Amino acid sequence: MVTRTFFDNNLKELKEKVLHMGDEAKKAVILSMESLVEQDSDKAQAVIAGDNKIDHMDEEINEQAILLIAKEAPVATDLRKIIAALRVSSEIERIADMAVNIAKSTLHIGGEKYIKEIIEIPKMLEISLEMLTDSLTSFYAEDAHLAKKCAQRDDEVDEMYGRLIKELMGYIPQKPTATNQITQLAFVCRYIERIGDHTTNIAENVIYLVTGKNYDLNA
Amino acid sequence: MATTLKEKSNSQIMDENRRNDIVLEVKDLSIYYGDNRAVNGISLDIEKNAVTALIGPSGCGKSTFLRSINRMNDLIPSARAEGEINYEGINLLGDNIDVVALRKEIGMVFQKPNPFPKSIYENISYALKFAGIHKKSVLNEKVEESLTKAALWEEVKDRLHTSALSLSGGQQQRLCIARTVAMEPTVLLLDEPSSALDPISNAKVEELVVELKNDYSIIIVTHNMQQASRISDKTAFFLNGDLIEFDRTEKIFTNPSVKKTEEYISGRFG
Repeated sequence: MVTRTFFDNNLKELKEKVLHMGDEAKKAVILSMESLVEQDSDKAQAVIAGDNKIDHMDEEINEQAILLIAKEAPVATDLRKIIAALRVSSEIERIADMAVNIAKSTLHIGGEKYIKEIIEIPKMLEISLEMLTDSLTSFYAEDAHLAKKCAQRDDEVDEMYGRLIKELMGYIPQKPTATNQITQLAFVCRYIERIGDHTTNIAENVIYLVTGKNYDLNA
Repeated sequence: MATTLKEKSNSQIMDENRRNDIVLEVKDLSIYYGDNRAVNGISLDIEKNAVTALIGPSGCGKSTFLRSINRMNDLIPSARAEGEINYEGINLLGDNIDVVALRKEIGMVFQKPNPFPKSIYENISYALKFAGIHKKSVLNEKVEESLTKAALWEEVKDRLHTSALSLSGGQQQRLCIARTVAMEPTVLLLDEPSSALDPISNAKVEELVVELKNDYSIIIVTHNMQQASRISDKTAFFLNGDLIEFDRTEKIFTNPSVKKTEEYISGRFG
């Protein structure tokens, strides 16, 4: 006999909220990259203004999780589901902060013409976003295998990051007047690399949820 | 060759240490009521100075197992047991066991507080007198000691000679624990000792159980999952007479190995 229907529904709802928050963060990151590539300050401002909404979603998830712990006294997998939801939402909140940082970099660069077309940075972000999508899917499906697979792609992001930073730093002696722009672009690379790290943390939490063991996927 | 011998002796020492930490060794225990088998060949070791919780749905065999340890099932004519419960090298299920002496060593507290309709003092001194202690000063000392151990002394020291029935349910249960402790047992069997109590009394009994494990080995049957997770060191999950899982309590309640255990502790059935 299956019991605790209300609790199961509440757990599902919590999970869906985390997923929804993940989608919002993803949209924010995409918009921030558009603002950078198109040098569109309106889009950058929209990302900055929209962060409140994501922070609010994080708070709501926190409150609901705490209430469930207090009311339902969860154990074992139920407890891990709630703990994972708390941790994952906090990682998503940090990812959304990275979108804000990228948007701020767009504003810092202003309308200054780019030293070269921005092609590689969006590609790096694309990998991070694919990882994010997979990690959120693995969270929803409680799929440890997918979580591990998605975290492995963080190496690609790290490798690209190293390459891009080297390239950008190489431009400084050649174009000393563009130092501000180059530094901001290097920051953006760093923010994207951080998104990859937060996504890896999400994957680690999925593995914790499924197996009950803490796993360091960055090692 | 020398290494092999050394290894052997080390493993023997480890085995002995392990045995020293064990108060009861249960081997292939089956208990029947007539033709109905209530406990199906279970084996487990009960640790010394630890709290072992027995959990499982009604009719799973946990109370039957608990009652077999001090031979309370002997009172049921159709009940019989097979297998071994070893205590200090003696099989407690053997024919030549003095059950009165056994129940002094392995005391029991029941679900409903059952003090004698006598004074608080007499509830404790009664069994001591029966055991041959008559000197007033010794009795006084034992009564105070037992009530202190049961965390009841401060509440009753000024009214020791009033009826035990005037105490609250929680106090009566702690008096029953004091009465059991007075016999200086080694093992305490607690059969849902706080299920009939209000939350405050329940919390007091729980604290007391954790306190008492310094001096006794405790086995507790409980239907309260939070109670098992709060106060026990090891947890045994019973289902339909089988021992499904027996492990450290933290493991059982955070990441049990068996799906049935998880379903039960998380309230999915039972």
